[in-house]
Amino acid sequence: MRLEGTAICLGEDVDTDLIIAGRYLRTKDRGLWASRAFEDLDPALAKRLKGAIIVAGKNFGCGSSREQAAIALKEAGVVAVIAPSFGRIFFRNAINIGLPLLECECGCTEGAHVRIDLGEGRVSIEGNMYRSRPLSPRMLEILLAGGLVELWRCRR
Amino acid sequence: MSSLSERILAGAEGSYVDREVDRAYVHDGTGVLTLEVWKAMGSPPLRYPERVSIFFDHIAPANNSTTSTLQRELRIFATERGLNFSDVGGGISHQLMAERGVLPGEIVVGADSHTCTLGAFGAFATGMGASDMAAIWAEGATWFRVPETIQIFFEGALSDHAEAKDAALCYLSRLGMDGAIYRALEFRGEAVPDLGMDDRLTICNLAVETGAKAGMFYADGITARYLKERGLEAELQEPEPCRCAGSVDIDLSAISPLVAVPPRVDRVRRVEELQGIPIDQVFVGTCTNGRFSDMERLARGLKGRKVMVRTIVVPASRAVLLASVKAGIVEELLRAGCTIAPPGCGPCLGAHMGVLGEGEVCLSTANRNFTNRMGIGGEVYLASVSTAAASAVKGEIAPPEVLDEA
Ligand code: SF4
Repeated sequence: MRLEGTAICLGEDVDTDLIIAGRYLRTKDRGLWASRAFEDLDPALAKRLKGAIIVAGKNFGCGSSREQAAIALKEAGVVAVIAPSFGRIFFRNAINIGLPLLECECGCTEGAHVRIDLGEGRVSIEGNMYRSRPLSPRMLEILLAGGLVELWRCRR
Repeated sequence: MSSLSERILAGAEGSYVDREVDRAYVHDGTGVLTLEVWKAMGSPPLRYPERVSIFFDHIAPANNSTTSTLQRELRIFATERGLNFSDVGGGISHQLMAERGVLPGEIVVGADSHTCTLGAFGAFATGMGASDMAAIWAEGATWFRVPETIQIFFEGALSDHAEAKDAALCYLSRLGMDGAIYRALEFRGEAVPDLGMDDRLTICNLAVETGAKAGMFYADGITARYLKERGLEAELQEPEPCRCAGSVDIDLSAISPLVAVPPRVDRVRRVEELQGIPIDQVFVGTCTNGRFSDMERLARGLKGRKVMVRTIVVPASRAVLLASVKAGIVEELLRAGCTIAPPGCGPCLGAHMGVLGEGEVCLSTANRNFTNRMGIGGEVYLASVSTAAASAVKGEIAPPEVLDEA
C-alpha cells in the first residue's frame, strides 16, 4: 500500500485527551470528532488535517482507550501517522479502524511531501529515506481490508 | 524461566498469540461505540455472553439527555441479553471487577485503559478499544503480542505518611510516560507481602501511565485470602527469575509523599517542594484511590476539622459507600464540609460533578493530569489521599504531616 501526504509535525507524548477531548465523546457524530481533533493543542489544526501525514514525537496517542481519537483523525482525512512509538491501545485502535501507522524515527519539516510504502516499511520525506518497523502480517491484513469491521465482513 | 505474561498468554515474549478472553467489559463511555461497531459487524451472536459485563460509571447518572439517550440503548442491550450489568450508582468498572474477584492467571480485557488495575490479582489485564472489544464479544478471543517485562522491585516498608499511591508515583517518575511502552510491569520484591489488595490495585492502576500494557503482582497468600472472602479459590503463582527488559529498585522506606505536576504524570515532585500552591478544589476518588481504605484514611485526616476548599469525595462503588456509611465515615466527611457524589468516575474525566473552570487548580487522587482533563483551563495535581486531606484542610497544597498538628 502506497500513500502520500503533507507533513504536519507534532511533539512528544500527544495524549488521546489532546487528540479528542473527553467533552466531545458523548455522541456518535464522527464529523464532530473530526472537526474538534486537536482542539486543545491547536484549534486551527483540524482544518489542515485533510490529506495530511502526521509526523509526531514518541508515545503518540498515550492515555485513554477512546477509539474516537483514531476515528477523529481518519474522519478528518489524515492519511497516516508516523512516530517513533505509540500508545499501545491507540496503535491497535488505529489499525482496527483502518488508519495506517508507522513506527519510525524520522525528521519532520512542516508542509513537506511525505511518501510511504506500508508493505515495505519505507518513509520518504523530501528525498530523505527512513525505514519503519514492519507491521505484523495480522495488522497489515486488517489495514488492507480497511479495518477490522471490513475484514470481519469479507471473512463471513 | 518465564515472565508472568509469558505464562498466562502461553507464548514467548515478542510473539503473537490468539487467546480466548476470560472476562470482557465496557463502560458507558466506550460501550456505546462498541455497540455501534458490533452492529456494523452485523450483530453477530455473542460467543460467551456470561463473560461480558457492562458498567455505567463514566457519566452516571447522565448529565444531559444526549448522554441519557446513548446510555438507554446500551442499557437495553445489556438487559435484553442478560449480560452482567451495573447501572448508575453501582460504581467504577475496575472496582466492581475487583470486588467480584478476578482469578490469577485469567486474561481480562476491558474497553478502558485502566483495566491494568486488575493485574493486582495475578491476571493479565489490559485495555483495548471499541473495535477490539466488539470482535471479542463476537469471537470470545483476540490476538496479543506477548510483552517484554520490566520488573519493579519494592524493598523496605512505607513510612507513616507515604502510601501505595506515592510508591506508584515513584515508579512512574522513574520510568517516565513512555518508559514501558508495549511492555508489562511485574511488581516484585521483599515488600510485596506488606502490600494489601487495595495497595496493589492502586499500584497496578498507574501502570498504563508508563505506556505499559499490563502491571502485575504474583498471586500470593494475600490474593488468596481476598478471593476466599468472596468464595473463590486462587492458585498461587511463584515468581521465577526471568529475562527482563529492565528493572527498577525502589526502597519504599525512602519515599516521601509525592505529587505529579500538570500536565504530565511523570513530572513528580516531593509535596514539600509544592507546599503553599493555592488550590480551588480537592477531589478524592477514582479507580486509583476511591476504595474503602482511602475513605478511612481521608476521614482520619479530616476528623474534627473543616475543609478550606470545595472537597468532592466519590466512593468507587456502592459497597465502598455503604461500608463508609456503616463506619460513620460519611458523617465525618459531611461534618468536615465535604461533598459526597454518587459512586462512579465523578469529575475525573471532566464531564460532570466537579468540572474545573478556567484558571482553577485541583488536587486529585486520580491518575491523569493531562491538559484540560478536568475542565478547560483547569490544572490538576495528582497525589495520595493523605496529601489530599492535608491540602483540603489548608486550602493549599500541603504535606500529610500538617495533620499531625493538633
Ligand atoms: S475513575 Fe477516571 S481513570 Fe478511572 S475509569 Fe473512571 S474516568 Fe477512567
